[in-house]
Parts: sequence; C-alpha cells; structure tokens
Amino acid sequence: MSVSKPLPHDAACLHVTGAARYIDDLATPADTLHLAFGLSTIARGRIEAMDLDPVRAADGVLEVLTSLDLPADNDVSAAAHDEPLLSDGTIHYMGQPVFLVVATSHMAARKAARLARIDYSEQTPILSIDDALAAGQAFEPPLEFVKGDPEAAIACAAHVIEGQIEIGGQEHFYLEGHVALALPQEGGDMLIHSSSQHPSEIQHKVAGALGQPFNSVRVEVRRMGGGFGGKESQGNALAVATAIVAQQTGKPVKMRYDRDDDMIITGKRHEFRIDYIAGFSDEGRITGVSFTQYCRGGWAQDLTLAIADRAMLHADNAYHLENARITSHRLRTNTVSNTAYRGFGGPQGLLGIERVIDHIAHELGKDPKQVRDVNYYRPMSDAAKETTPYHMEVTDCVINEMVATLAKTADYTERRRAVAKWNAENKILKRGIALTPVKFGISFTLTFLNQAGALVHIYSDGSVHLNHGGTEMGQGLFTKVAQVAASAFGLPLTAIKITATDTAKVPNTSATAASSGSDLNGMAVKAACDQLRNRLIRFLKGEYAVKSQDIRFEDGQVRISGHETLSFAEVASRAYQNRVSLSATGFYATPDVAWDRLKGSGRPFYYFAYGAAVSEVVIDTLTGENRILRTDILHDVGRSLNPALDLGQVEGGFVQGTGWLTTEELVWDDKGRLLTHAPSTYKIPACSDRPAEFNVHLWDKGLNQEKTIYRSKAVGEPPFMLGTSVFMAISDAISACGDGRSYPALDAPATPERILFAIKAQQGREGA
Amino acid sequence: MDIQFLLNGETVRIAKVPATRTLLAWLRESRALTGTKEGCNEGDCGACTVMVSAFEDGQIRHRALNACILFLPQLDGKAVRTVEGLSGPEGQMHPVQAAMVEHHGSQCGFCTPGIVMSLAVAHRNGAQNFNDILAGNLCRCTGYAPIIRAAEAASQAPDASWLDTDIDKLAALTSSAARPPAEAQIFAPRSSQDLAGWFLENSDATLIGGATDVGLWVTKRLSSLGKVCFLGQVADMQGISVDENRVRIGAATTMNEVQDAIGKFHPDLAELLRRYGSVQVRNAATLGGNIGNGSPIGDGPPALIALGATLHLRRGTARREIPLEDFFIAYGKQDIEPGEFIEAVSVPRQTDALRCYKISKRFDQDISALCGCFNIHVNDGVVTTARIAFGGMAATPKRAATVESRLVGNAWNAATIEAALSAFDVDFSPIDDMRASAAYRLETARNLLLRYFAEQSEGRASTRILEVTP
Repeated sequence: MSVSKPLPHDAACLHVTGAARYIDDLATPADTLHLAFGLSTIARGRIEAMDLDPVRAADGVLEVLTSLDLPADNDVSAAAHDEPLLSDGTIHYMGQPVFLVVATSHMAARKAARLARIDYSEQTPILSIDDALAAGQAFEPPLEFVKGDPEAAIACAAHVIEGQIEIGGQEHFYLEGHVALALPQEGGDMLIHSSSQHPSEIQHKVAGALGQPFNSVRVEVRRMGGGFGGKESQGNALAVATAIVAQQTGKPVKMRYDRDDDMIITGKRHEFRIDYIAGFSDEGRITGVSFTQYCRGGWAQDLTLAIADRAMLHADNAYHLENARITSHRLRTNTVSNTAYRGFGGPQGLLGIERVIDHIAHELGKDPKQVRDVNYYRPMSDAAKETTPYHMEVTDCVINEMVATLAKTADYTERRRAVAKWNAENKILKRGIALTPVKFGISFTLTFLNQAGALVHIYSDGSVHLNHGGTEMGQGLFTKVAQVAASAFGLPLTAIKITATDTAKVPNTSATAASSGSDLNGMAVKAACDQLRNRLIRFLKGEYAVKSQDIRFEDGQVRISGHETLSFAEVASRAYQNRVSLSATGFYATPDVAWDRLKGSGRPFYYFAYGAAVSEVVIDTLTGENRILRTDILHDVGRSLNPALDLGQVEGGFVQGTGWLTTEELVWDDKGRLLTHAPSTYKIPACSDRPAEFNVHLWDKGLNQEKTIYRSKAVGEPPFMLGTSVFMAISDAISACGDGRSYPALDAPATPERILFAIKAQQGREGA
Repeated sequence: MDIQFLLNGETVRIAKVPATRTLLAWLRESRALTGTKEGCNEGDCGACTVMVSAFEDGQIRHRALNACILFLPQLDGKAVRTVEGLSGPEGQMHPVQAAMVEHHGSQCGFCTPGIVMSLAVAHRNGAQNFNDILAGNLCRCTGYAPIIRAAEAASQAPDASWLDTDIDKLAALTSSAARPPAEAQIFAPRSSQDLAGWFLENSDATLIGGATDVGLWVTKRLSSLGKVCFLGQVADMQGISVDENRVRIGAATTMNEVQDAIGKFHPDLAELLRRYGSVQVRNAATLGGNIGNGSPIGDGPPALIALGATLHLRRGTARREIPLEDFFIAYGKQDIEPGEFIEAVSVPRQTDALRCYKISKRFDQDISALCGCFNIHVNDGVVTTARIAFGGMAATPKRAATVESRLVGNAWNAATIEAALSAFDVDFSPIDDMRASAAYRLETARNLLLRYFAEQSEGRASTRILEVTP
C-alpha cells in the first residue's frame, strides 16, 4: 500500500532539473503587461496631492491607476473589508500601495513606480505596542479566558514570579515571492494563476473587484515556492490588480513583487509582548497564572483576531493550569498588516508559558525539566482527564512518555551535568541545554472552515486524475493525498495524476493552512475514491457473482477470488463500457469540533499533536555569538502517511523556529520604515546554522486516537515550536554567566546583542 | 561589444550586448530557461546559481556564480551551465540531482536549482566543505539536513563526464573569440595599460570588478550606469605575487583567490574571508572592489589596514602608493582622482599575529555589525607595535589609534589591556542601525581586545565557538 511509505515528493525530479514550473516560469503571450505598485513613503497621514505625470511619461508605461480608476470594490482584505487595494487617500503604513503602474515590462513598471511626486500631510505614526495601547487602537476589545480563580491561587501560592517577554515578528521569506498572472477569457471571464494558499479567497476577491459573480473567475495554483502562511491572504492584492488591468485592457497581465517590495508590503508574524504573574509550589507546580498578551496586528485586521485567539489557546502548551487568566489585546498600528505564519499565534502563546516555567525553575534553583515534569497534563492512559484554560478536555496527552523517551535517548541528565562541569572550566564560552515540549491544537478555530472537497476521475484506460482543494507549497500535500488515492485503488503512485488546485474543479475551499491539508483533503479524496471503488466492486460483483470481500485492489491488479485477475485498466475499461460513472466528488467535514471564541469555551480542536526537543548551545560571553551544538527531537505525527515527508516537516520546521528566536530580527525606524527588507539585512538560518548534530525521530508509538486519515496527525506547524528549546538553552547558558541570582529575562529574537546585554546584566549582579 | 560564450554546451553570440543586462533576466526572459530562479535579485539567496567555467592560466576552473548580479559582458569567452544543462545526453540525472531526489532534499523546490548547481560545481571541483559551499544558498523549507545528506551521498559518485565536452569547446571558443576593440559605452580591457589609457579619457565610467556591489545598483537602485568598464579580463591585475618583503595582490583578484593565497601567511584572515559573502559572491567579488567602493562595513579593509597594507593607485602612467587607511577619507569619500584606479594592494611580510573577528547576526553570509582586526607584536613582554582596525565602527574603516597608543611600549598584561579599554570611546562613535546598536558595537569592540589578549596569552582560553564540538 502506498500510504505510510517514505516516497519522494511528487515533483522532486522536476525540482532538481529545473522543470517544475512556478507562475513566473509560465510562458506568457508577447503582449503581456506587467505591474508594479507605487508605495507610500510615510507611515500615517493623508495624500494631499499626487503628481503621477512623471510616472506616465516613463519608458514603457501604458497607464497608471489610482483608487479612483477601479471598477468595483477597492478591497483585498481577508475578512474585515478594511484593506484597500490602492490607498483611498489615507495612508496606514509605510509601503502601502498608492497607485498601480501598467507597463510593458517588469523592470519598466518598477522604475516608473519610483517617479511619483506625492505631497502628504503627515501624522505621528502609531508603531509600538505601547503606542497602540496609549492611543486606544485595537481591532476589538480585549478577550479573556478564565479558568478557576487565578488571583486567589496566586495570592496564596508559596512562591510568586512576575515578568515580561517581548517576542519579535518574523518574515516568511518564502523563496518564491508573490506573483499572479491574469489571463482574460471570453465573455468577461478571468483565469488567474496565483501563488496562493487560498485560491477560493483569490477567486472571491477578484470577483468582487471586477463586479462579477464567483463563477466568472477561475483560479489555478499548481505549486508555490514556499508559503508558511504568508500566502494565505497576502496574494490578494496582486491577483486583484492583474485581473482589473486584464479586464480593462483585454490583455494578459502579470505582477510579481521584487523581494524588497514583498518584504515591505506584505504582513509578517505578529510581534507580541506577554506579561505574566505565576504562583507555584515548592516543587514548581503552577497553582495560578495570569497572562496578558499584547499582539501587534499592524494596520488592517487581516487574520489578527484568529491569530490572537490561537495565542491564547496555546498559553498552556502541554501544562495543566488549574487556575488561569489569559487576556489578549489585539492592537492596531501603522505597520504592515501582520498575517498568518506557521503556528498562527501558537508559537507566541507557547513561548509565554515556557518562559514562566524557565523563570520558576530559576527561582527554585531547579532543572527546568523537573518543573516541566510536574506540570504536564496527565497521560491519556490516566482515567482522570484535565481541562485546558478554555475548558476542553485533554484526552490524548502523550507528552509524558515522549519526554521520558527523549530525555533518555538524548542523554539529557548526564549532558546537563557535563554542561555544568564544562561551564565551570570555561570562562569565556558557556554552554546551555534545555528540553521543551510542544502540544499544538489541530483544527481551524473558525469551525466552518474544517471542510474539504475532492474530485477524482478514473479514465477508461485506468489512469486516475486527482484533484482536491488543498494547495502544494512544498509540504508534500499532493504526494500524501495521492498516496491515499493510490492506496484506495491498489495502484502505484505513478498511476495517479496529480493536478493543479483549481476553483473550477473543487469549489468553496478553505485555505491550505492550520496544518490541516492532509487531514481534510486526504479524507475528502478517500471519500471520493471509496465511492469509485464501491462502484467498481458493485459492477464486478454483478459480472462475477462474487461478494465484496472477494474483490481486492492491489499491485495495480484487481483480484477476484475464484476468478481471473484483471488489470485495473481492464476493470476501468469494462466499467466504462457498462456505463458505470467513473468520476466522483468527495467531501469531508471534521466531526465533533465546536467553539465559542467570545466565551472561550468548547472544543476548538479535533486533537493535539505533540513533540519535544533537547537542544544544547554554546554562547560567547564577549560578543553574544552563539551556535546550536546538538538537537534531538522526538515528534508525534500519529501513524505517518509518509515518514520521509513528515521528517522533512519536522527538520525544516525546527530550523525555521530557531531562526525566529535567534537571527531573524525585523527592525523598524522611528518613522515606521522597515530597515530589514532584504536577505542582506534580514537573516534566516543558513546551512551552517542547523544543529551540528541533529537527531530527529518520528515517535514510533504515534497513533491518532481520532479517526483521521489513516490515523495520522498534522505536521505542518507543530515542529516549528520545537525551536523554543534553543531559546531556552541560550537562557540556560546565560544564567551560567553570573552568580545565578538574577533571572536572564531574555527577549526574542536572541540576537548576539540581546544575549550580550543579558550576560552583562547577569555579571552586573556579581558581588552586588 | 560583441560577446560569445557557451550556454549549456551551445555557442551563443550576442552582438552589441547591453552592458547591464543580467544573466538571470536574459536566461528567463530571452531564452525561456526558467529553471534558474529569482529569489532576491541581490546575490544573497543563491536561487539563481549557475556554473561558469573558464580557462585561467591554462587551467579550467569551474565556479558557482549568482546569475542575478552577473552582467552578460562578464561571460565573454566562458561556459555557462544552468540547471537545465546538467543532465546527461540520455537524460540521466547528474549525481547531485539524483541524490537530492533520493534524500528528499527539495520541498517547495524553488531554491533547489541553485542548490543543485552549487553542489554540482563542488562535485566537479572535488570540494566537500558543504557548510561553506551552501552558505550562499538559502532554503526556507528543509532546514538543510536532507540537502547535506544528499550532498554527502553524491560526493561518492563519479563526476558527470558529459560536462567535459564544455572544456574542448571552450578551448576553441577562447582561442577564436574576436577581441573587441575599445568602444565608447562598454570596454573590457585585457591589460592595466589599456585600462589606464581608456579610463583617463572616460573617467565618468563605472569600473566593474565582479559586480557583486554594482549589480545591485542596477537590480535594486534601478540605476542606468552609462559607460562601464569590465575588469574581469585585465590579466596583470589578477593574482598574487609574493617576494621576501611583501605579498602583492592585484585589484581584480577575486576574494576566493585572496582567501586561498593569504591563508598561508595569515590563517585568521582566510577564516574571515571564508565568512565574506558566500562562495558565489567570493567567486565574483574582487579585492579592488571591496576597497574601492569605500564601504565602512567591508571586511577586507580592516584586516589589511591592521596588516599595514599599501594601496597602489594608478592614473594613466602615473602611479602612487598610500597607506590603505589613508584611502578612506569620509563616508562616500576616498582619496582617488578622476581617471585613477586601484591597481593592487600589498601587504608587508611579517610574523603572523593577526586575529580577525567578524561579528554579525548570522554567522555565514552576513554583513558585519563590526569587524575587529588586531595585529599586535610583543617583544620581551612589551608591546612593540599595535595595529588595530575596525569596520562598522565609523563612517570608514578606521584604526583604533588611541587604543594602539595605550598599548605600545607597555607590558603585555591585563593591566595594560584594562587601561586601553576606555580608549575605544575616544576612537569610535559608532551608530545604531539594523545590524546593531552603538552600545553593542562599542561594548563588543572592547571585548574583542579582551578576546585577542586571551588568545595571545599563556594557557589560551577557549574563545571561539566554532571550535566547540557537541
């Protein structure tokens, strides 16, 4: 059976030969037009006057559009109708699209876009979390989850700590920048190729902008060169812009952002500040905790509410909090509109409680692992169940056994001793080690999104055409789902034709997001394949007078007990000749989930995915430079659909998570200008930044207790948070630099500079 | 200027080549070879990596280069292989390609062609230091681990013999290539004499070494350059000569060659240059360019200043020599006349005491927040000479003159070091920017003197995190 095999990515051979086509690689007609946005140069204010004549006069420019030239909706927002394609006169952030250049080439459009003369009346921009709090700028009133009586619990706790952590944002840095290509069709219809995780939203926004019904717009996505959440809503602007110009000119239109534009215009991971107070026992058991999460949303709402919700929903991580208050502020600022990014707020929420645990351990002089151990949710084998701060029972907890296993294979205890010994012998360099867990909730918290569709054809030669609503961004979704289809028919994977996501084949799809791709689309495809197989079985039963269980689909054959063995192709051909329908749609809706976000109660998640990591680092106390020496990971993917692809998600997610917490620093100046808008200044992990020793394993006991596709678990986002182990290991190393009296309250990302100043603070306490 | 080169084994001739058309744009837009990707258009991500082969001193050399900041005239007489031209005549995959598939080295696939090309060049050259080879290829999906597994597996496989056909064709191409005459807009001189003569008459021209900086003027600043002069074929400005007094490096020598050659004398400078850009950048960037652009954050100048380097300038037939530190007058202002150019840099032979400390947010392929280079000689426990220079601490690469003066003539001990630390505030007033704050720069600069002292003292402490093993 194809499922569970470590098969290569379906496009691997195309990738390595350069034959895999991305949108900018598609052959376009010679008369294709190219677009570029002219961007605002202030962060907040009004446009008083705009002279676009120099733009119009530039070489290769055919037209320049402003908001007044748009045919219908001037909106590219994901939800709140608050994101104009082109500024309506108000400027909300530096880099906001103000006008649109139509030119004969990409370069001509880019050059011309810089020639506008715009007079602004400038206002003081609201940039920081404190600015937004002071100005009362928020997308909705603060939201709060409460369980038990945290204040009373903290008041009578044996120990209490208070603190704060600032958590930086993160640029997605998908290697393929945003791009869209609009090809006008007859009768006003539009075909859009978009590098998008959400073709249906592209369809809806394009239709709205053209003043057309959804059925006049078809969106196709074969693959993206990376997404990570950054292509969930941020591709709308390009698709809408190309469609409008294509409609107006009748010509094909392409738009792609230059890398700097991409980083300046599009949203990123939300910055957070988390304040905390925690009461705990002598053993380190948390008796009461209160978090206040401040979330910088940027100028438009985008997906901020759901992201801030998910941060709250992960404020417990893998720990049972009897008494907890989680308050969340969703703040509006004059910066890029922050958006989905792998983990969707979960990583920030999780980092808050991990900080609390680390702080408690320091306060008690304990190994943080001991504090973690006494706070985990009870294992699923335990009859008594505990609830999350949002009152959902945790019934599938496996973190206890995973951590115990990992601590053993990674030799945690002995290495912790060795680190202490090494630190005693080394003055300038210090090591640190940490073990951190991950528990991540799987499902869209907006419950209705938990649905998917599929379309499967068997042609009369037995070849299979597969389509579903999920998009391929490198995660291997298409391969996994094709494995499901191949398994259903007993065919090799090569017999399944994987096809581009297409709103005309499967409608009303959800974004490929929330790690849900294989869970939802795998089940929808299985539903379609099961129907087709049942039709073939029914047909064969009639032909051979056998029972269903006498017919087996395997090895590309159909075996009929007591009769001949047919090739799948023969069965398909004969079924066709007997007028059996060989096309089916499949549909899946995740059962049992229901969630009231305002009450903070219900079951937002179908299940949880778990993982744990041990990382060891070395830091330089003179410079703050640091390296990861070794990381060991054990991650739960349930029963893997494809261990090779799952391992790839775990390794890649971890490294991306470490980047977020170490080298990746977004810097804005006091005018609201992003200073780190290219890879020359914004540093994602390079090859040598991966751990020098990197031992990654999928948990061999993994099994989803819920009836997911072949009992697998989602894997896209959870491993990202394993990077927390590196951050905590750095914290551990810093605490070895002084007399141990002060807690190194490290903020993220832990750049050399932050590390050096944290070390200084440690050393400053010496002899004090 | 007319050029010819091999593209995936086929001869391409371009008449009146546009001066600043990049190879990447030309491949994708004019040749429909879209396997080579644009990831950043500034030479930082490596998605556009191609293999460029050429004869140098009779030896075939294969190099990985970033096509996004490589101008077409730079390819004259060379052979280019893109990812489309890597597979064998029967369509068989290159060993690197096959290993990348087998070891799950691609996810989204967008960086993959560049990764494949970097590894294919390394495979041809027999290089296996994969962290360095791939420092200039960013991958956001895999975390690099499967790519390294693929690279290690492929390194055992024999080379792709079919690529050797380029060598024969290249020999024919090189010998038959018509040498373009000097033209008004583009000039690619073969000797420093030709360069000197032409540049005197065309002093408004932009000199282009490897285009790793000038390339961005075109792709990012969107400038039109006017007259340009490519230095890649100025034979007598390339390479390194050593005599008993000095090491002389031609201005058009690439940083990779500088790294190899200088490493014999000053290993720490070689280590610094190992972290200069990436393989692709060092294969193109020249020492003259690194100095000539006047950047306060280039890594070459502080090390060379610490070594007491001399800059050799030439204008027409007039030559002069100045201490390298005197070249840098102020931000954007250097001691150079119109029509004058850097011909070479020379470094006096000396006992190696140079230590170079590059501090950046990311270890590899990052621009320094600060770069401190220390060259202190001690005789009988007393400091005899001290040359300390920093990048990233001022508007130019700059010596720590006051710090030096507090060291020279004093005992090489902790008290002297301690007394010198406060002089950093006198010598430097760094700025806050996206790479680091002024406070961090000053604090770290002081600490680097402590590191140097620790490294040069008895019972050397462990000071380098790269030397720590798991």
